[in-house]
Amino acid sequence: MFLFIVRRVFFAVVLLLAVSFFTYMLFAMLPSDPAALTCGKNCKPDVIAANRIRLGYDKSLMEQYWLFLKGIFAGRDYGTGAAAFSCGAPSLGYSFGQHECVTTLIAQTFPVTAYLSIGAFILWMFIGISTGAIAALNKGKWQDRAASIFTSIGVSLPTFYIGLLVLFSVVIWLRILPFPSYESPFDNFPVFLRTMILPWLVLAVLSAASYTRLTRNGMLEAMNEDFVRLGVAKGLTRRIILRRYVMRQALVPIVTIAGLDFAGLLGGAIITESVFSLPGMGKMSIRAVVESDLPVLVGTTMVAAVFIVLANVLVDIAYGYLDPRVRVK
Amino acid sequence: MTSTIDSVREDGVSPTSTESIVGKSPRELAWARMSRDKVSLFALGIIITYLLVAALAPVICAVLGISPYALDGDALNDYGLPKGAFGGISTEHWLGVEPGTGRDIFARLIYGARASLMVGILATLLTTTIGLVIGVVAGYKRGWVDSIIGRFMDVTLAFPSFLLIIALTRPFTQRLESLGVPEGNPARMTYIILVLGTFGWVYVARVVRGQTLSLREREFVEAAKASGATNRHIIFKQLLPNLWAPVIVIVSLSLPGYVATESTLSFLGLGLMQPAASWGVMLGDSVRYYRADPTYLFIPGIALVLLVMAFNLVGDAVRDALDPKADRQNLL
Repeated sequence: MFLFIVRRVFFAVVLLLAVSFFTYMLFAMLPSDPAALTCGKNCKPDVIAANRIRLGYDKSLMEQYWLFLKGIFAGRDYGTGAAAFSCGAPSLGYSFGQHECVTTLIAQTFPVTAYLSIGAFILWMFIGISTGAIAALNKGKWQDRAASIFTSIGVSLPTFYIGLLVLFSVVIWLRILPFPSYESPFDNFPVFLRTMILPWLVLAVLSAASYTRLTRNGMLEAMNEDFVRLGVAKGLTRRIILRRYVMRQALVPIVTIAGLDFAGLLGGAIITESVFSLPGMGKMSIRAVVESDLPVLVGTTMVAAVFIVLANVLVDIAYGYLDPRVRVK
Repeated sequence: MTSTIDSVREDGVSPTSTESIVGKSPRELAWARMSRDKVSLFALGIIITYLLVAALAPVICAVLGISPYALDGDALNDYGLPKGAFGGISTEHWLGVEPGTGRDIFARLIYGARASLMVGILATLLTTTIGLVIGVVAGYKRGWVDSIIGRFMDVTLAFPSFLLIIALTRPFTQRLESLGVPEGNPARMTYIILVLGTFGWVYVARVVRGQTLSLREREFVEAAKASGATNRHIIFKQLLPNLWAPVIVIVSLSLPGYVATESTLSFLGLGLMQPAASWGVMLGDSVRYYRADPTYLFIPGIALVLLVMAFNLVGDAVRDALDPKADRQNLL
């Protein structure tokens, strides 16, 4: 088991190196000149040239990538003399658009994304698994039909459209809530809750739909297994069979997918954050796209990739723990 | 040797087979199960209708005498908003007119179906083709080929795809234009299709690889090998016909996803642009008038949701119909 974990972690590090390389090269090869974007339209060529040297864009691509990689572990200093500044480790670069280290920007916006993701995740797991279980236990009855309608509608609705409809109807047409304006939960908790409740619900209900289906199908499949047949023959109560045998097996694939979905969300819930104007990482990425702020995009891509890879490792280890066959290869 | 007897009977060669005991192929069984399900048949009808309307959009517009681009100032009031209730719905403009321009929403909607479906279908074709080829090769060759493809898939999956799709829109569209793709919407559409293909093939390949791994161990493949069949024959004649079922399920579930992604991108201003009509363009436009003309907000949205839902329903039905355990009774 220890060896299995070591191997997975080693592989994850290699994977992240590959992702960082591809990401850096992809953005570096774009036809825009990052140095020219450091100051406005009336920029003097010598200022651009100075900024190019200061930010290291005069070096070869491989050298730039090496400096980027080194910055993550050792921090990075830009320029020399009076104009010098530095971004401490882990440095993901410097945003010339916002005149700030990318790591600082991500540290500012990440909590918003995390609050959104965690709240929505708890809600959607609860909604998804409970409706799925109800549907499976009432297969073919109206509860099952209702759950399947919920699933088909839920997976079909684009987040941005439903987000907007909910925002318009609750805030503008019915005026139940004021327009969302984000405040940190430590500064103003009631406003925080009032702002987050709609995005949480929208994200949770839409994401729950596929979990309803997974839970339902997983449970029905588990109910067909021989060990359930044995349990019935042994005279175990329905409750014990369901809890110990059926749910246990049905939840394994759900935990896997939930881990990956949650990690994907932590990298920035781009649409939800944009619709509900939440100042999270996703919103920042959109702004960076509009302003061609490449260092921010490289940084957010890297952070998102770290979450995805980390979730994969955790899921793999959980699998190895649950199913010994996975370990030996 | 029951298996040989079975296979003879399946081929219908056995002289003893009569009408009463003739077996049904898995395909026939699946179709029988599916046609019992009225909801999915209805959904299939919706999809076919959409496809027909999208294909015939110019004809329909010509017959009705409407155009998705013609401005109609007479249908608007002094504030540039549609005259009449519900966004100006009338006998002349079935679904009302666009605020600001007075363009006919019905015409734009059916032209929008063309754009949205085209992106969805082409992106699906691309992902399915790439995924099918790579998946079969990985599953059939195994060994180092499989390892390399597997690592490549891991890297692709580690990227936050939606973020990259958005981030690379502008530069890659420009690159496509410099490569000779007509400027504007053709280049934007090409980009969306290519980028969806770049990230989407992995999901197809994963499923196909898994299926191939198990299929290649089956007796009929062994039999083909024993009788000296080439790899080419085994892949095309033995494996591919058995892969259509999972592929159909993936296709019917991923196509609506691509249609929705196109609309999201257009809504964000990164997809198709005015004056072209796509559902995403219309949605993005209608958001600006949500207060004055809420009807406009609902029309493209309902069109989109209905299509996506129809595809999802059919996909689910196909999956259920192909499940050999579908008719089994549960113990609990």
